[in-house]
Amino acid sequence: MTIKNLEDLRKIKERAKLSTSARRKSETQVIVGMGTCGIAAGARDVMAAILDEMSRAGVHDVSVMQDGCIGMCQKEPLVDIVRPGEPRVTYGNVKPADVPAIISEHLVNGRIVSGLVVAKV
Amino acid sequence: MEKLARAHVLICGGTGCSSSGSKEIIPEMRGKLKAKGMEDEIKVVETGCHGLCELGPLVIVYPEGVFYIRVKASDVEEIVENHLIKGRVVDRLLYREPATHATVPDYDDIAFYKKQQRYALVNCGHINPESLEEYIGTDGYEGLAKALSMKPEEVIEEVKKSGLRGRGGGGFPTGTKWQFTRNAVGSKKYVICNADEGDPGAFMDRSVLEGDPHRVLEGMIICGYAVGADEGYIYCRAEYPLAIKRLRGAIGQALESGLLGENILGSGFNFMIHIKEGAGAFVCGEETALIASIEGRRGMPRPRPPFPANSGLWGKPSNINNVETFANVPSIMRDGGDYFASQGTETSKGTKVFALTGKINNTGLAEVPMGITMREIIYDIGGGIPNGKKFKAVQIGGPSGGCLPEQLLDLAVDYESLIRAGAMMGSGGLVVMDETTCMVDVARYFLNFTQDESCGKCTPCREGTKRMLEILNRICEGKGTEEDIPLLESMAQSIKAGSLCALGQTAPNPVLSTLNFFRHEYEAHIRDHKCPAGVCTAFVGYTITEGCRGCGLCKKVCPADAISGEVKAKHIIDPDKCIKCGACQSKCPFKAIEKG
Amino acid sequence: MSSVTETTVKLTIDGLEVTAPKSYTILQAARLVGLKIPHLCYHPELAREGNCRVCLVEVEGARSLVASCVYPVGEGMKVRTNTPSVRETRKTVVELMLANHPEDCLFCVKNQHCELQEIAADLGIRRVRFSGEKREAKKDESNPSIVRDPQKCILCTRCVRACSERQGLDIFSSANRGFDSIVEPAFGLGLDEVACSYCGQCTTVCPTAALTEKDDTQSVWDALSDPDKYVVVQTAPSVRIGLGEEFGMASGGIVTGKMVAALRRFGFDKVFDTDFAADLTIMEEGHELLHRLKNGGVLPMMTSCSPGWINFVETLHPEMIPHLSTAKSPQGMFGATVKTYFTEREGVDPSKVVSVSVMPCTAKKWEAKRPQLNDSGYRDVDIVITTREFARMIKQTGIDFLNLPEEEFDDPMGISSGAGQIFGATGGVMEAALRTAYEAYTGKTLSNLDFVGVRGLTGIKETSVDMGDGLVLNVAVAHTLRNAEKLIEKVKAKEADYHFIEIMACPGGCLGGGGQPYPTDADIRMSRINAIYNADAHMKYRKSHENPAIIELYDTWMGKPLGERAHHLLHTHFTPWEGRLK
Repeated sequence: MTIKNLEDLRKIKERAKLSTSARRKSETQVIVGMGTCGIAAGARDVMAAILDEMSRAGVHDVSVMQDGCIGMCQKEPLVDIVRPGEPRVTYGNVKPADVPAIISEHLVNGRIVSGLVVAKV
Repeated sequence: MEKLARAHVLICGGTGCSSSGSKEIIPEMRGKLKAKGMEDEIKVVETGCHGLCELGPLVIVYPEGVFYIRVKASDVEEIVENHLIKGRVVDRLLYREPATHATVPDYDDIAFYKKQQRYALVNCGHINPESLEEYIGTDGYEGLAKALSMKPEEVIEEVKKSGLRGRGGGGFPTGTKWQFTRNAVGSKKYVICNADEGDPGAFMDRSVLEGDPHRVLEGMIICGYAVGADEGYIYCRAEYPLAIKRLRGAIGQALESGLLGENILGSGFNFMIHIKEGAGAFVCGEETALIASIEGRRGMPRPRPPFPANSGLWGKPSNINNVETFANVPSIMRDGGDYFASQGTETSKGTKVFALTGKINNTGLAEVPMGITMREIIYDIGGGIPNGKKFKAVQIGGPSGGCLPEQLLDLAVDYESLIRAGAMMGSGGLVVMDETTCMVDVARYFLNFTQDESCGKCTPCREGTKRMLEILNRICEGKGTEEDIPLLESMAQSIKAGSLCALGQTAPNPVLSTLNFFRHEYEAHIRDHKCPAGVCTAFVGYTITEGCRGCGLCKKVCPADAISGEVKAKHIIDPDKCIKCGACQSKCPFKAIEKG
Repeated sequence: MSSVTETTVKLTIDGLEVTAPKSYTILQAARLVGLKIPHLCYHPELAREGNCRVCLVEVEGARSLVASCVYPVGEGMKVRTNTPSVRETRKTVVELMLANHPEDCLFCVKNQHCELQEIAADLGIRRVRFSGEKREAKKDESNPSIVRDPQKCILCTRCVRACSERQGLDIFSSANRGFDSIVEPAFGLGLDEVACSYCGQCTTVCPTAALTEKDDTQSVWDALSDPDKYVVVQTAPSVRIGLGEEFGMASGGIVTGKMVAALRRFGFDKVFDTDFAADLTIMEEGHELLHRLKNGGVLPMMTSCSPGWINFVETLHPEMIPHLSTAKSPQGMFGATVKTYFTEREGVDPSKVVSVSVMPCTAKKWEAKRPQLNDSGYRDVDIVITTREFARMIKQTGIDFLNLPEEEFDDPMGISSGAGQIFGATGGVMEAALRTAYEAYTGKTLSNLDFVGVRGLTGIKETSVDMGDGLVLNVAVAHTLRNAEKLIEKVKAKEADYHFIEIMACPGGCLGGGGQPYPTDADIRMSRINAIYNADAHMKYRKSHENPAIIELYDTWMGKPLGERAHHLLHTHFTPWEGRLK
């Protein structure tokens, strides 16, 4: 890479901030249930879809985390969205195809994707 | 574009953790993740040093920021299975506070880090030191960009405003030093980075070079612009191979990207940096000796003036700062001098990195604001004295520093307060001593170091430290006399006043400060023939008590045939033959042999 | 020059106001108010190191005491040279040197010439408060010229600087660290194993007895007291110039007559003059030059009478050997002649002759041991002592040197010309050779004998002499090996078209030789030079070829210059000294 001026430098900085965003624990979180039940139900694919979608949309300062079994095994894969000052929302039976909506609607814009919600805490 | 990873596993690849095994953990971690098909999901990053080397190898898992200590390759599977897959923290690998033994999962909650204020070390352990992009991601080279948009005089003004002082020992105001070189007559000027870290136990410069090499380069380039230099040298000891490798890599990246070389960031400013490997002579940390060594001559200091600012490398005006000083510069430029100056004390601004060693729980590197007390450093950050022992003294400032006693623990640490107390900031080495330390022996240890490392050029340092060492040896061997203390004091004054460079001028400090605060220990050796700490073997003797049953075991193990006695009768030890090895005491089944 | 226009600064030293040039050090400025600050490592002709720490003074505002020999004066500076701290520290420093120095002053060869001893006395040191380890290092007596005793070294590095700055040889350097520090040749090798020229300049600057000439005085006494021996002595041109200084005379006095008288009282059978042999050297060397000019020999021809220079060529510049004149040095010619011509003439058994020479030079001791110098059938020169050793011998005898009546050299090898006398000064051999070569070449008499272009202390001097019939002789003169190196480079680069070059290894020529009295500096060398040319001006004969003893030698015995006998006795050869630098 060649950095000819301040603009070039800033561009690289933005890129680097994104690629290292996992190193900052954010109050905004996506939590995927990765217990045996979740993985059996396809949580790995959901996780991959979440990361793909976030990369594509350039979403950063969000912590993507995993969780063990929380009890609603029949509703796995479970995905929780946590936004500061808002209730924690749990989506159930999430399929990779559901992910873009959850990310763009809820995670980014705060609008709950109603059809998949299984709990609000 | 690189795919976003949900987690980053940071594994310390600094010299300390490498030597305790992190080199095996990294491939193991990558292998296990690959086997699980998670190599895209979770990123493994080799970082520089976190400072808590005692507890290495260190692994941090983000985004949670869970801090694992003393991780072995065999622990990797558990971390992957439980933590990375199921989100369950592996308890047994967590850090525990020495005082409470409570586990602390979160990096930021560990007492060792809580009171620290990481400014020079901010990126160490948190970025991949071999990635220019990660450095830029932490606002790297923004300070340079800002500096290049200013006039060189304005850059110097900003550094002056920050109050930054040399972190290598002398504490000379950095901005003023830059001004001298800028004002010096000559079109060719040099910037030199002193990376010849030599104080025993100090490794803050190594950590910065290994963990954040671009920060040092950026500091040097800003300095070059400010003083009007187009060439820089980093004088680094060859004992720091990883630091040199990282520096070479960073220089290569900076050159390739145009942050070094010609027309930097389109400003028209040119700057080049070379690395010069030194052989690790302590005296080469002295500026004029360092310059001589770069020039290919024997590393010996020369009298000043002329100062390097006027006549330095190859006779050209040269500005020398050490690694930690340069590492502070990029942030000062980026955030402004006022922010830096808002930290610290009236005369000493910003933060200082200390290397904690000796009888202290958390040995390692700690960066703290100036003005913090010694007590906070030793007890809050360092976790206090191990094994319930009592604190006796802290030696600060390396071999040229002094030993401070318990009554000075609440001293607010800055350049001036340490000098007043008979020590010095030096490069920030802190050696903690407990009640089992003999202070005469400590003075002897440091003087032995300076005598060995004296370049031999000037008489007081070469000959004087030797004679002082001989006197200390005599005292430790029980052959001291009443005249020895005044003689030591008189010689110390002459060596301080008469030596050519700072090495000799400060060499007597450990003796003077121990004489000042622990004179009674010297007197006990000389008058009472006792070493209060029980360290000096000359005063140790073994005697057999009435508890002896005459079993003869002690007689058998004595390598010096010093024990005699009939079977079933009390044995005796001949003190003239006894070599004080203690073998008899450890063998006696009746605990009938006493040391005293 | 700069001294006229140089800006000055005002400072006070011990309360006295001093105006000193800006380039001065405190030590120099102190001289202006009559203050001699004691010093050891400082030498006025060498780079300043400030390492001995004897010249410490207090400068207001400085963090510690400063070395006045290196510390520059400054406007408004306040210097104090006699405070308790200064006195205490200076004394401690000298005490520390003494604590690591043998306590054998009374038996030391430098007793009463030792600067350390003098300073210890001046500072009033009555005891050394420390006892402990002393440096253990072997004395180096590996060579015939110079003895190095590292136990007496105080690491002032004057020898390091003298060898480097004057000779460019860098034989000595600092090694090891701390108390193990030592000044020594590379890898601790003996001086016989390194490229030492044996010039002895190190011995002239060493403040103690760490570097001294090899003492051969006892061999001279032994020969003199052996009734079976016939002992003759030759004295080099520079000995009579320097010797008086050893007895308190100002430099520049000539003591030829007293010197001869002293030698005769020692019991020498004949007291001869190297000046005679210098005339002989000119006869051979001058004709060799003409021969090379006429027959297309190797040019430029270079002189070969300085043995330090010969060592330098043989070890480091063997490619220059063809340029060296094959004529022996005066010492060598004298040795070959005294055991042949003289013994034949006087009917003395040459096997009983002991040939002693008194030289200003340490390298001459080595020269006398060259295997080539045995053309008389014996060792041509048996014993060489320096001016300093000679002075010590005079003191041993109790001779009241200054009040000795003057006496004359013996015939015939005591008769000489002014040309022989000026051999002692840089440019002197050249001037002497020109006087003879010009007249031999042109057949005309020189109207002006003084070739002033080759006189004086300039490092490299050049001049041209119109020899008539279209030949302009270009000559160059260099003293010190550092300047010699420059001339060699110039010759090899063909930057100059010289015919003849004179080189002397020591500054000022032989009069500044490594065996001359202490101390030597530029002023002393200049007064010795003036004395030499003054003597020349007052000589009866001023050209070598007009010396009647030389004429008689050739007429009655030697034949012609470059003739068969001369070739055998008066010429030699040089060989690359490869073995020495492995």
